[in-house]
Amino acid sequence: MDFVIIIFLCLAILLYFLLGGADFGAGIIELFTSQKNRSKTRKTMNQAIGPVWEANHMWLIITIVILFVAFPKIYTTMSVYLHIPLAIMLIGIIARGTAFVFRHYDAVKDQMQEVYNKIFIYSSFITPLFLGIIAGSVLSGKIDTQATDFVSAYVYSWLNWFSIAVGLFTVTLCGFLAAIYLIGESKADEDKKRFIKKAEFMNVGAVIFGAMVFTAAYFEDVPLMTWVFQNDVALLAVILASLSLVLLWYLLLKGKTKVLRILAGFQVTMILVAISYAHFPNFIRLKNGDTISLYETMAPIKTVESLGWALVLGSFLILPFLGYLFYKFQQKEE
Amino acid sequence: MDDFLAARSQMALSLGFHIIYACIGMVMPFFMAVSHYKWLRTKNEVYRDITKAWSKGVAIFFATGAVSGTMLSFELGLLWPKFMEHAGPIFGMPFSLEGTAFFIEAIALGFFLYGWNKLNKWFHWFTGVVVGVSGLASGILVVAANAWMNSPAGFDFVNGEYLNIDPIAAMFNKAWFSQALHMCLAAFTATGFAVAGVHALMILRKQNADFHYKAFKIAVTFATVCAVLQPISGDISAKDVAKRQPAKLAAMEALYETQKPAPLLIGGVVNEKDKTVKYALEIPGALSFLAYGDFKSEVKGLDKIPADEHPPVAVTHYAFQIMVGIGSLLVLISLIYFALLLRKKSILDRRWVLKLFVLAIPLGYIALEAGWVVTEVGRQPWIIYGVMRTRDAVTPMPGIAWSFYLFSVIYASLNVIVIFLLYRQIKMVPTLYSQPAVSTQAKAN
Repeated sequence: MDFVIIIFLCLAILLYFLLGGADFGAGIIELFTSQKNRSKTRKTMNQAIGPVWEANHMWLIITIVILFVAFPKIYTTMSVYLHIPLAIMLIGIIARGTAFVFRHYDAVKDQMQEVYNKIFIYSSFITPLFLGIIAGSVLSGKIDTQATDFVSAYVYSWLNWFSIAVGLFTVTLCGFLAAIYLIGESKADEDKKRFIKKAEFMNVGAVIFGAMVFTAAYFEDVPLMTWVFQNDVALLAVILASLSLVLLWYLLLKGKTKVLRILAGFQVTMILVAISYAHFPNFIRLKNGDTISLYETMAPIKTVESLGWALVLGSFLILPFLGYLFYKFQQKEE
Repeated sequence: MDDFLAARSQMALSLGFHIIYACIGMVMPFFMAVSHYKWLRTKNEVYRDITKAWSKGVAIFFATGAVSGTMLSFELGLLWPKFMEHAGPIFGMPFSLEGTAFFIEAIALGFFLYGWNKLNKWFHWFTGVVVGVSGLASGILVVAANAWMNSPAGFDFVNGEYLNIDPIAAMFNKAWFSQALHMCLAAFTATGFAVAGVHALMILRKQNADFHYKAFKIAVTFATVCAVLQPISGDISAKDVAKRQPAKLAAMEALYETQKPAPLLIGGVVNEKDKTVKYALEIPGALSFLAYGDFKSEVKGLDKIPADEHPPVAVTHYAFQIMVGIGSLLVLISLIYFALLLRKKSILDRRWVLKLFVLAIPLGYIALEAGWVVTEVGRQPWIIYGVMRTRDAVTPMPGIAWSFYLFSVIYASLNVIVIFLLYRQIKMVPTLYSQPAVSTQAKAN
């Protein structure tokens, strides 16, 4: 059962990144859309993510439940030393989720809509930024469990160049995923073109911030280069991601949009694999050089077994229903 | 404000907020499904409109409930890391099942809200039912996890270590059934009265009376039936608490001295320093009866419990009084309503009854919050009853007060916006649902 829960954990993180990420990205796209096109973007977006966004959000809950039930040490270490970015991310989640629903269900459409929109787009930016910062901090080796003063224990653990670079990289990846997703959802050619432009813009951003992640890793002593380039699987993932990126650009420029989603999802998956594979099963790097690994901190066997069964049975109930939801609302209205 | 108090306040605030939103999100889908069923069966368009109007409320409350629930799953670690480190693997089972239930609820809600005219009509109706059932299941599971804190089970605590963990035994702890039953009935009662009250108000204002009367009837049926059943569940809970947590029962009744037989105190002013209660109405032997089903039984008072294990007596006692008082009042309103039904009198002719329902709008939620205070404050100073003290579980991070202030502002603003949104929804009923307005009088004649 060890493997089952680890696979589910990885899958939940990946799916939150892909689906939740596209969801955050939709807000990021809106943020980077000129005022005059915003309402069109918003309309496409509401239709595309309206039915599925609550479900997308659930992958985060699954991730967190797996962590605190099966890997309590990881969950509590993150909770204590990354308290501040976690709290900011939570504020983002609260603001974003409620603003999205409020603007959709307010019975009167007036200037309040602008308030909801503002809250929605800024929190769509802040949430993945801090999500990325948290992910970066886990790998950064800045978490200092021996620190005695507030700043080193609770601020420098996440406020460093590497974490911030990962945060910005996450934001652009989310924007990229969303743009690709929305290309497929838009009906008018003009909308399609606009989202293609956005996808290109976000992709360039991702490459720039991706480079920043590596540069920061070099200066902050994060062995990212070793993980990515001295491990066969990780190296293969990078090569595949690069090849698919070339293909993706070719298709984008040709205006062929059919397989874009698969390619974009594939790329993001490969990036996650490349960064985390060599590090696995270690999860948190601490400042004193220790690591907290998934295996060492796993809960007692009975807990792991019952969680494993709950996840397997749960997914039998969830996945067909979820698949049908995506299928049903993908069909374009005539 | 010290960090411990701030952490407790923030947790209380978050839970207090979440409980209301989660309960509405859990109960309203059932109302919605009934009205939807009536629309499919009778083809009366008013029922379709009610379903649509309620579904918007459900969407707003579900989203608010979901984000505040997410917040809580993180706050358990952010505020009580030492608790979660040990408790996570033991009481995590209901949470992992709840994840599934909540996920299904979110998917079903997507189908329901966006499925009008897109899905087979009965499948569409079914997704609404799934929202309700899975929501109720999540509620029960979360309460089961809380019940574990009151009645720890499924592990052996030996020399500070948590051994022989059995998550299934932890989930089916001794308190789960009585707590879940009490909470579910409370959710239906509170939400039923609130919804019925809002529609009663609109009937009194003579706006779309037919729409509001039909909606009122659905909500009031759930509310009154559950309100009448609640005292039975309360009795089960009281007997359960007497057995498991004598300190909580003693605090609920401000029983400072062990007595045989013990009287039931109604109201009263508690003086925690002198350990006395003044001005209370005493019913001899009634507490013995409530706790053990026998008027002569001995009830353990706080004198038999070490002083450092006493819960805050005044808060627990007052909260208990409020809960029971309001509960009785709601039973009374329900009985009045049943009496009118039996005599086949239209409630529309009796404006004072409608006014009673309007008064009851917030009451159920006040009782619900009070009941939750009894459960949680009555458990103090323990976070895991008899095993871990709350003080030992708090995060080492200083400055929690700031976090508490920040989240207070956020929750307060959310409340304001949600009330504002609901106000606008209700106000727009005549515009959004262009039914010919049937006046109250015309209907009643």
